[in-house]
Order: sequence, then C-alpha cells, then structure tokens
Amino acid sequence: MDLETQQIHPNKDKMENNKNIALSVKDLKTYFYTNNRCNKAVNGVSFDIEKGKTLCVVGESGCGKSVTASTIMQLLPTLSRIEDGEIIFYKDEEKINIEKLERNGKEMREIRGSDIAMIFQDPMTALNPVYTVGFQIAENLQYHTTMNKKEIREKTISLLDDMGIPLPEQRVDEYPHSYSGGMRQRAMIAMAMACNPKILIADEPTTALDVTIQAQIFELMDNLKKNYNTAIMLITHDMGVVAELADNVAVMYMGNIVESGTADDVLRRPTHPYTKALLDSVPVLGRGRNQDIKPIKGSTPDAYDRPVGCQFAPRCNWADESCKIMPEITNISTSHEVRCHKYKEIFQY
Amino acid sequence: MNNNEDIVLKLKNLKVHFPVKAGVFKRTVAHVKAVDGVDIDIYRGEVLGLAGESGCGKTTLGKAILRLVEPTGGQVSYNATDNEITELTSLTKKEMDPFRKKLQIVFQDPHSSLNPAFTIFGSLEEPLKKYGVSKRSERRKIIGDLLEAVNMHREYMDRYPHEFSGGQRQRIGIARALCIDPEIIVCDEAVSALDVSIQAQVLQLLMKLRKERNLTYLFITHDLSVTEYLCDRIAVMYLGRIVELCQSEDLYKNTLHPYSEALISAIPVADLDKKTKRIILEGDVPSPVNPPSGCPFHPRCPKAQDICKTKVPELKKYSTDGNEHYASCHLINQPEIS
Repeated sequence: MDLETQQIHPNKDKMENNKNIALSVKDLKTYFYTNNRCNKAVNGVSFDIEKGKTLCVVGESGCGKSVTASTIMQLLPTLSRIEDGEIIFYKDEEKINIEKLERNGKEMREIRGSDIAMIFQDPMTALNPVYTVGFQIAENLQYHTTMNKKEIREKTISLLDDMGIPLPEQRVDEYPHSYSGGMRQRAMIAMAMACNPKILIADEPTTALDVTIQAQIFELMDNLKKNYNTAIMLITHDMGVVAELADNVAVMYMGNIVESGTADDVLRRPTHPYTKALLDSVPVLGRGRNQDIKPIKGSTPDAYDRPVGCQFAPRCNWADESCKIMPEITNISTSHEVRCHKYKEIFQY
Repeated sequence: MNNNEDIVLKLKNLKVHFPVKAGVFKRTVAHVKAVDGVDIDIYRGEVLGLAGESGCGKTTLGKAILRLVEPTGGQVSYNATDNEITELTSLTKKEMDPFRKKLQIVFQDPHSSLNPAFTIFGSLEEPLKKYGVSKRSERRKIIGDLLEAVNMHREYMDRYPHEFSGGQRQRIGIARALCIDPEIIVCDEAVSALDVSIQAQVLQLLMKLRKERNLTYLFITHDLSVTEYLCDRIAVMYLGRIVELCQSEDLYKNTLHPYSEALISAIPVADLDKKTKRIILEGDVPSPVNPPSGCPFHPRCPKAQDICKTKVPELKKYSTDGNEHYASCHLINQPEIS
C-alpha cells in the first residue's frame, strides 16, 4: 500500500467541531525546575479524550504520563510550570482553557473534582487516615452541589453501594484503615464519581492491587463508561490492560507521544520501534514457554541528559544518522499517528 | 524427572503460624496461618513457580525454606548431590551455616535490599568472607567475574548502590545470591518492581545463569504470565495452602481448580485476539487469622457447593496430558490417580 497517498494533515477545524471530544490537549509542555536544571517532563504532547471512550496512556516509569495527568488537573508541584500549549475542556457548549486558569483559583476548583476527577495510584496514601471514608466522599458533594446534609449522606451511601462495597450504611462511617486495598480503591472511585464527572483520569489505578481485584475495578470502570458516557483517561504501563480496556492508545516515551491511534492500530500494527519493542518484551499468557521475549537494550536515559533528536534512538535497532533530528508526527491513517523517521520500514499491514 | 533421587528440597506439611498478641499481658489470642501445611517436592535443576495473590503466604513460604522465618511445624529436607538427606528445620542456627551456602535468596525490592553505606564490593564480599575466601585479591576477582556474569562492568564494584538504576541493582542482587555458588535460589518477586523493558533483561539473565550454573529456582511471583514463560512447574497458593500444582503449560490448558481459572481469566493479556470473559471473584481474600471453614476458597468460588463449606479438600493427584497434576477441590470430574 502506498503510504504517501494516505498521509493527511491533521485538520484542526474538523476536530473542534467534533462534539464527542471532552478534552483536547494541544502541544502541551510542562517543565520542572530544580537546582538550576530543567527537566522537560512533558515536551509537546497532543491528544483528545472522547466522550464514552477510554484513552490509555502507556509508558515506562519516568516517561511523563503522570505529569500529563497532573497538568490537566493543575495539580503540579510549585517548581514546575506549563510552558506552552493548550488544554481545552469542552463543558457543554463552553470552551474552557484550563492552562489559563489560576492554579487554585475559583474556576479551577470548580472544575476539579466535579467536571474532571482523578483516581490516584496508591489507595493506601491517597485517602486521609483521620477522616471517615464517608466524610471524604461527602466533602466533594458538599462543595460542588446544593444538596443538604441528609441528601449528601444518602448519596454517599448509594455511591458506596454502587461500587460494590458490602454494608455501605455501616462502612460509610469507618476509617480508611479498616478497608482493604481493593475497597479503598473503590472508595476512591466513588469519590471521583460523586459529581458525575465528564472526564475521569485514572493514574495507574490498579498497579498496587491484585489481579482478581484489578478485574473488579476494570469491570466498574467499564460500567461507568457505558452508563454515564464518561470519558476516561487511563494511565498504565501494562500492555495487557491496554488490550482489555482501551478504545484509543497513546504510547509515551521521554515526554513525547511516540505513537497513537485506536487500540487496533497500535496493538495489531505497531509502527514505532518503541511500541514494537514494548510489545515484544512482555511474556504473554497462553503462549507457553517457547515464546521469544526480546528485552529493549540499554535503559531509559537520564531526564537531565537527554539524547539529541529522537529520544528512543540510542536504544533503537533502526536508528541511523537521520534520527539526530526530532521526527515530526506523521499520519499513517486517519486515526494512526507515529513520530518516527523510519516508520515506512517498520510499518506492515 | 520424577525420580526420588532428583528431589533437592522436600517440604513436608510445612507450617508458619504467627501469633497475634493482644491485651496488657500480650497474650496470644489467635494465629495468622500464613503457611498452613504445604507439601512440595522441588526437583534438581527445575524452575518451580509459586503464584498467588498478596497475603497468600508465598513470601513467607520462601523465607521459611531458608529459615529466615522459623517454621512452626513440618519439615524441610535438603538432599545433597551425594544423596545425603538433611532435615533443615531441626538444625540449630550454627549447624544451618553450611547449608546457607546452598540456598540463597533474591529479594523483591532492589532499592532496599542493598546497604547504601557499602560499596557493591563491600556488600558482595560479606558472604565470601564468611565462607572462607580470605584473600582480598581473590574476593575482588570472584566479584568482578560475577558482575560480568550478570552483564555489568567489573569496575562497578567500587560504586555505591545509589549510582545504579533499579534493573542494575536487581542484577547486583542476583550476583550477591550467586557469589557462594548456591544450588537453589529463591527469587522473591525478583522482577516485579522493574519496568517491563528491564524485566525482560533480568528474566533472560536468570535463564542464562540457570543453564550455565545448573541452578534450581523457586520463583515467587504474582504475575502468571512471567511464571508461565519461565517455569517448568507452577504451584498456585491460596490462604497458605497449595491449591494446584502442575506443569506450567497444563495450568493454562487444563486448569483444574476454580481459583486458578479465575486468576488466569483476570490477567489482562496483550493480545486483541485472545479476549476472554473475565471471571469476577467477589470480595477480597479472607483474613488468614480466621479462614473460612471447609475449602478456604468457597466464599468467593462461583462453583461452590454445600460440601465445600464443611469439608477441607485435600491435594489430590490427577493426570492431564500424561503429566502429574495436583489440585485440591471437591468438584473435579476426573479420576484421581494414586
């Protein structure tokens, strides 16, 4: 198939007219400043989150996936700032530029927790141990809705019930320490879902949990997506999770999205050498003992001492002189994008 | 392979019960039955996987074999190459010393298992000193060779742990376990804390070392896809007991126990063509202080019958594809073999 004829340029107007987009990130750059050094943690990231769809952001530790999530929520530490780019949140008919809002200003606080909610990685530390779980869920409702005390309590109990927590009337007054890991994570999701957010950002929600509990949480998230048309951004490092849950996938490496597309595009036709290597490096259950796993050579570079040009070049088998220049994003098909000079050699249908 | 002489380590009814103390006088009020009667034979040269959810006792079992945690019941017998059988559990601490040379462990967290105040040489020379390599130059040579065996530079031995990445530290941990030439290595979640691309490097290293040095591994992990790739046999644990033990391919192809079935179905597989229906288990793992009556799995089991609530199933022997297959469930429709 001739690739040249397929290349189309991203049509900005078309995207903005698309009513299904809940959040659009354009060329986002977030830098951290410490000890007179600058860590370009997120360096030009663009993606859209669609309503009722799950976008999975995949990458290894330190690739900037969590920073992207915190940037959207404006939960960055003080020594960092949004350098460039846009985060547009489509609230009903309104367009809100999140990056222009004050970090702890009134507008941002109104969005955070009610329109965009986040689930954190570690349910053990994300809940406050000195308040009851019920109080922590109710806080959200108290702040963002006009319900009275009685209604809030009823809603809190029904939220816990929806999450499959046994005896919610009793559990609502218990402290986080008497919850198990899986139950805490479900309480976190209840908290996030309290105000029916339009966007749910889940930062490795199941990494600290067992697979059987993970399956329960995924089932819950799938139901939320179906019943409330919530847009979900799921951050993970596990390609298995991507295959199970994702509608769209973005693969990140060292602060860039190196490949994005539908789950079908990325998993069946991986085109960036990093995506390919990532898929080849994990053993897949059911393929037996004779499967060939290929480690990626070397290790992730130091964030303060980045390679010139393509960030993956030093670990890439295809790399040559041309990779000294940062490749641009190329569209392979309408949905599938890749950031690589060599994609034509790798691409296969 | 099933020849008795090939058994290097025999666990018989191994139990580790931790007392729960309460009240002013710290009286023992209950026991956490972390490991509750485990029988396994580990054959020489095999890789035995030990899988299960957190809290099922797999780490405790690994540590009890090395007597890092004292077993409260049962036996661990070690069979030397010259067929001399020693019961490790009855030895005193001092008598245990020569056997520590045969059994080593690689810990889960590469960030906390190396002493930050010691150089790599400092950490790695300790076991050599203890086991009679008195010349410093000799120790330096051995450690240099070992670092090369785990794909690192010799010169790294004079560096400190903080200078290394997680994957490198885990390889140092492996080198430390290897330095007194053990026969058996217990790998306690040795790759779980690593990024996927690094995990593959360490897995391949473990395979390479096993071939070169004829090692036996007890590979403890919660990740069944890793066990399937690496192990000859897999044991699945639930609440301190082995519920299924079989050849690794049989666990996937001919699953017998409903718990293993649910565990396998819950694992996300990076393959779009292999989407299976997830079996969702209700609730969490029950507390090992007060395990359910009968089959410990019955409150979560989708197939549970009345018999499961009262009678504890025994680990029975079955045969699948001509291989030995142990499982403990009342509801298996297969003839038991003796």
